[in-house]
Amino acid sequence: MIGSVSAVAAGSSGCHIFSGCGFPSPSLESFDFKPIFSIGSFHFTKPILLVLIGMVAVIAFFWSAFAKPQLVPRGMQNLGELGLLAVRDQILRPSLGQKGDRFLPYLTSLFFFIYFCNLMEIIPFLQFPPMSRSGFPWALVATVYLTYLYLGFKQQGAWGYIRNMIPSDVPAFVLVILIPIELLRYFVIQPFTLGVRLFANMFAGHLLLLIFTLATWYLASFSIGLLFAATSAIMVLAVFLLELLVQLLQAFIFTTLAATYIADSLEGSH
Amino acid sequence: MVDLATAANVVAAATTGVHGSTGSIAYGLAAIGPGVGIGLIFGHAIEAMARQPEASGRITQYMWIGFSLAEALALIGIIVPFIFGK
Repeated sequence: MIGSVSAVAAGSSGCHIFSGCGFPSPSLESFDFKPIFSIGSFHFTKPILLVLIGMVAVIAFFWSAFAKPQLVPRGMQNLGELGLLAVRDQILRPSLGQKGDRFLPYLTSLFFFIYFCNLMEIIPFLQFPPMSRSGFPWALVATVYLTYLYLGFKQQGAWGYIRNMIPSDVPAFVLVILIPIELLRYFVIQPFTLGVRLFANMFAGHLLLLIFTLATWYLASFSIGLLFAATSAIMVLAVFLLELLVQLLQAFIFTTLAATYIADSLEGSH
Repeated sequence: MVDLATAANVVAAATTGVHGSTGSIAYGLAAIGPGVGIGLIFGHAIEAMARQPEASGRITQYMWIGFSLAEALALIGIIVPFIFGK
């Protein structure tokens, strides 16, 4: 893992410490990729390829699990049921209850797609989280946003939905500031933070891995730098373990909040 | 013994201002609030689990949800310099 990233990144140019070149620090350019091919002005880059791989992986996993379901599960169906029931019992039932089971396919797809895409950050040769290109989280947020707005307006009516956003038993002088804040929250802040949370977590995690991996390569010269390179390698391991936790956590949080927002739309939060 | 030339250089550098990345200062300031918030979240969660160990599962679930909401603010702080920086 360290070898493939460092060799590509430092251009195998032998740019080490004490050899006169500065640290090739990662920046926004590390997240831009040359297109694999282009059709007109549409550039097919590595993040698009990774997202397509993630989509195929999720479809293949659940197809192989549930194509011919048996009453007593065998083989892949065990794993599929484990995943499905985990999403249902940990994510869906706490917010939506049993009558929200019709959202299980959507929430399961969301959770596993985000988790597979996040895992690509640490899989060798892929090594890039597509969710760190902000367009992909915004697309997922758009599906959640349109879903909970549509359900809210359909379930409670246009005026009822807006009225239920504001709690009823507050004094009038608090309402002056509460109404704009609550409207902003439902229409602007909720989708924004949902998307930015996933994007920023993946961006920062990939940036951390890049910094310590490049530092290990840069510091690895036959001098005292070798000691620092070893320390940097230990930091790579530490950030790797942190990223394992963060990937699962971010997929879980995105799906949980999506379920919570849908539940707020269906029942009226106040 | 510091000679007059280096002393003059130091004074000149101090009077022409501070250079460097203000993005790093921005993130340092942005990390104060979430640092306090995440500490509070986990501290209260541990205390709640110590008071009532049988509620540990539910407390753990809410703890992770609260942690990610507080952490989001710190992470917005780290990406804002990339958005608004040169």
